[in-house]
Amino acid sequence: MNSPIIRLYGLMLLLFAALVGFTSYWAVFDADNLKDNPQNRRPLIAEQTVKRGTIKTADGVTIAESFPVGGGKNPVYVRQYPQGSEFGNPVGYNFIEVGRVGIERAENGFLAGERNEFTSIIDQLRDVPQEGDDVTLTIDAQTQGVAIQALQSAISSTAGASGAGGSVVAIDPSTGAVEVMASVPGFDPNLVKNTATFKELNKDQSAPLVNRPTQSTYEPGSTMKVVTAAAALDSGEFTPDTVLSGRSPQEIGGVPLSNAGDEQFGDIDMTTALTHSVNVYFAQVGERLGNETMFKYLDRFGFNQDPELGYPDSQMAPSGVYSEGKLLSPDDAIDIGRVAIGQERLLVTPLQMAEVASTVANQGVLMRPTFVQEVTDPDGRTVQKLDPHEQSTVVSEQTASELTELMTNVTEEGTAAGLTVGGLAFAGKTGTAEIDPEAGINRPWFIGFAPADDPQVAVAVMLERCQGCFGGTVAGPIAIQVMESLLSR
Amino acid sequence: MSARNRELLALLPVAVLVTVGFTAVFIVESSQIGDLSLIYGGYFLAVCVGVHLFIRARLPYADPYLFPLCALLAAIGLVMLFRINDELALKQASIFVGGAGLLAVTILLVRDYHVLERYRYLIATFGIALLCIPRLQGTTVNGAYLGIDLGPLSFQPAEVAKICVVIFLASYLREKRELLTVAARRIAGLTIPPLKHFGPLLVVWGASMLMLVVIRDLGSSLMFFGAFLALLYIATARFSYVVAGLALFFVGAWVMEHAVAHVGDRVDIWLDPWGRDAPSGAGQIQQSLFAQADGGLFGMGLGESLLRLPGPFAPDCAQPFPDCGSILPAPHTDEIYALIVSELGLFGGAALVVIYALIAARGLKTAVMARDGFSKLLAAGLTAVFALQAVVIIGGVVRLIPLTGVTLPFVSFGGSSVIANMILLGLLLMISNDARRPAAPLADHQRDWEALPA
Repeated sequence: MNSPIIRLYGLMLLLFAALVGFTSYWAVFDADNLKDNPQNRRPLIAEQTVKRGTIKTADGVTIAESFPVGGGKNPVYVRQYPQGSEFGNPVGYNFIEVGRVGIERAENGFLAGERNEFTSIIDQLRDVPQEGDDVTLTIDAQTQGVAIQALQSAISSTAGASGAGGSVVAIDPSTGAVEVMASVPGFDPNLVKNTATFKELNKDQSAPLVNRPTQSTYEPGSTMKVVTAAAALDSGEFTPDTVLSGRSPQEIGGVPLSNAGDEQFGDIDMTTALTHSVNVYFAQVGERLGNETMFKYLDRFGFNQDPELGYPDSQMAPSGVYSEGKLLSPDDAIDIGRVAIGQERLLVTPLQMAEVASTVANQGVLMRPTFVQEVTDPDGRTVQKLDPHEQSTVVSEQTASELTELMTNVTEEGTAAGLTVGGLAFAGKTGTAEIDPEAGINRPWFIGFAPADDPQVAVAVMLERCQGCFGGTVAGPIAIQVMESLLSR
Repeated sequence: MSARNRELLALLPVAVLVTVGFTAVFIVESSQIGDLSLIYGGYFLAVCVGVHLFIRARLPYADPYLFPLCALLAAIGLVMLFRINDELALKQASIFVGGAGLLAVTILLVRDYHVLERYRYLIATFGIALLCIPRLQGTTVNGAYLGIDLGPLSFQPAEVAKICVVIFLASYLREKRELLTVAARRIAGLTIPPLKHFGPLLVVWGASMLMLVVIRDLGSSLMFFGAFLALLYIATARFSYVVAGLALFFVGAWVMEHAVAHVGDRVDIWLDPWGRDAPSGAGQIQQSLFAQADGGLFGMGLGESLLRLPGPFAPDCAQPFPDCGSILPAPHTDEIYALIVSELGLFGGAALVVIYALIAARGLKTAVMARDGFSKLLAAGLTAVFALQAVVIIGGVVRLIPLTGVTLPFVSFGGSSVIANMILLGLLLMISNDARRPAAPLADHQRDWEALPA
C-alpha cells in the first residue's frame, strides 16, 4: 500500500502548488487589474481615512481642507472648500461620491500622501498616521476674485452677453506660474458631493463644471495676428517695415477677404497693420509663409498638443486647426491665410493665448505653465518648490522685442488705445471673432502683458459672446483690472 | 535527540510566532485593544506545552512534528483573529483548551484505536445522522445546511462526521481490499470489481451525492468523496477506480448543479464573479480577490489591511464586528486565507500552504510506517481529509474551485472545527506512536488484534 500513498502525496503537492499558483495570480500578477476594477471600493475607502493635504493660494487663502467626520476610532475625512465657487475651477473637487477633477486630481499624489514603501515603514514605526502634503498654488486669490467679478459684471452689463461664459488666464512670463485662472459661470465644489446636484450641474446648458481656460476652444480672432507676426519676423521673411497692400477686399485662398468694417488702407507696414488689426495684411503674410512655416511656429507656441500644464488630460484641449474634432496637419488642405488672422477652422483655448502673450513677454521663451508654488509635508518640510522650466524657445529675443514694440503700439494708438495699466506702457492685442455677423454677435478677446519694458504679467481674456462689441472695449478693460491687481501686489 | 525533545524544540517557532505576531498587532491596533489581551497568546502557549507534556507521558514514540506543525497553524490563526478582534482570539484560545482536553480524552479513552474497527457501522451511522440534523433543524448558512443549533452554540457536524466516515472507510476497505483487487475482471481494458463488493462503495458515492441534496454543500461533499477516492486508491492501487469515481462525481455534481439552485449559484459565481447578472453571493469572492490583490508579494503588514468600514461608512450593526461591518465577508472563518494574503502577502499565504503540505507529509509518512492495513488506511484517510479540507476552502478563496463554507483547519475561528481537528490529530498521533514504537512489542500487539473477529 506504500507506493499509492507516496503517489497520493505527489497529487496533494500538485493541489497545494495550484493553490499557491492561484494566490500568486491574484496577489501579484493580476493585482493591478483587480485594484482598478470599478467594483473595488477598497482604494477609495482607504483614501478617505487619510487626512488629505490643504490647498492654499500664493497669498495664503485656504481653498480646500479636510475635516474628520464620524470621529471615534476610524474617522473619515471630507473635503471642504471655504471659498465656494471662486476656485471651483480650476481647483476642482474630491469626493467619494463623484470622484475628483482639476488640481485635486492632478496633485492627488501629494494631497493623498502617497509615500514610497520606505517612508511609510518609518512612519509606521513612529506611529504617525498617514497624512497628505499641503499644496500652495501660484494662484493669487485676490486677483482671481477681481477677474471673476470683472467677467461677471461685463456679462451682466454688456448687450447680448447675458448667460455667456468667460475666461481669464494670467501667467508670470518668467516662471510660467499661473496666477489667475477664472472660468465663468463657476460652481461651488461644496455642492457637488450631492449626486443629484452634481447631475443637474452636469446637464446645465451653461456648462459650469467645464474649466473653460483649458477645456474649451474658441475662434481666436485677431489675437492670432501676434502668432502670425512672430512667425513672419522670426522666419526672417518679414520686418516690421515690410510693406503690403491694405486694400479691402482681397482674394485669400481663392475667396475675397475684407478688413473689419471693410476699412480701406493703402500700402502699409506691419506696425500699422497690427496697430489697426488689418486682416488682409496678415492673411497675405500667412499665405506667403505657407503651411509649413506657420505650423512650425504654432507647434513652438504649444499648439497641436495638450498644454504642458500639470492638469488632468481629460480637462485640457489642444489648440489648432480642427476638422470634425480632429487636429489637422500642414499636409491637409487649409486656408492658411485665414488661419493667420484667427479664422478658418482654428480653435484655441484661453490658456494657449495667454501662453502666446507670455512668450513674447519673456523674450521669446515659453515657460512651462504650472499651478504649484510649493508642496510641504505634514512636518512642514518642503517637498517640492516651483522650478521654472523652459518649454520651448519660440522666437529670438530680437523678434520678441520687435513684437513687444508692435503690441505696445496697439495700446497706444491702435485698437486698444485709451487703456492704461496704472500709467505704465503695456503691450496688447485685441480680437473680435465674428460668430454671427448677421446678428452682430462677436466673441471679444484681449491678450497682453505689462509693463512693456519689464513684463511681470501676461494675460488672456475672452468673453464667449456679446452684441456689437469689440475686444478692445469689453475684454481689454478686464485685462487691465487683472494686470493692475497683480502689479499692485 | 529524543522524539519528544525534538517536539519541544519545534514548538519554539510557535512561541516566537505568537509573541511577534501579538506584539505587532498590538502596536498597530494599540488604540483599540486592551493591554490584557496580550496574555491570550501566553494562554495559548501554555496549552501547547500542556499538550506536549501529555504526549510525552502517553505517546512517547509519536511523530515529533505533527503537533508543532498544527500548533503553528493555530498560532497563525490566533494572530489573525487577534488582529480582527481581540475577543475572538480569547474565545479561540479557550476553544484550544477544550480541544486539547478532547485530544487527551480521545487518547485516554480509545487507548488502542484498533478497537474502532469493531464499531465501524455504528460510527458510520452516527456520522451520517450528524450530517442530517441541520437539515431537520432547517437553519441555513448562505443557503447550505451546515450547522446544528444548540442554543448559544452552533456545531458543524461535517467536521466530526469526516472522522467517522474515514474510520468506516479505512475499516471497510481493509477488509475488502483483496476482494476488490483480486476478484476484479478486466472488460475492454477497464478493471471492474465484482458488484457485490463494489456495492457498498457505490453507496458511499450515493451518500456524498445525497449530501449535496440534503445539506447542499459542495465543499463538504467534495472533501468526503475525495477522501473516499484516496482511500480506495491506496487500498486497491487501481488508478482506474479513481478515474471512474471522479467521473461519477462530476456527473453527479453536474446534475446537482442544475437540480439544486444553491449549488448552481455557487458554480455560476465561480465561473463569472464579475457578471452583471451574477447571483447575489458574488460579493464574497469579489472581496476575497480584492483583498488578496492588496497583498502583493509581502502583504500590507499585520493590521494594515482594510477590513473594518470606517466611521460613517459602517452600517448599523446588531451583531459584533466581524459578522457585520467587515468589507471582507467572514474574515475569521471562510475568508481567513484572503486576509492572510492581504496582510502577509503571497509569501504568507504560500508559507501557510507549505505547513499544510508538511503536515500531509508527516501524516502520510505515518501511514507508510504503520504496520497493519487498518492503521495505514486510517492514517492516510485522516491526512487526506484534513489536507483536502484545506484545499477545498483555500481553493474556493482563490477561485480554483467554487467557494464553499468549510473552515481552514486549525486557522479559522470555530469550536467544532478546532475540536474535530484536535481529535483527528489525536488519532494520527496514536497511529504514529504505534508505528514508530520499537518493533518487537508492536508485532505481538498487531497479532492480537488480527485474531479478533472484525
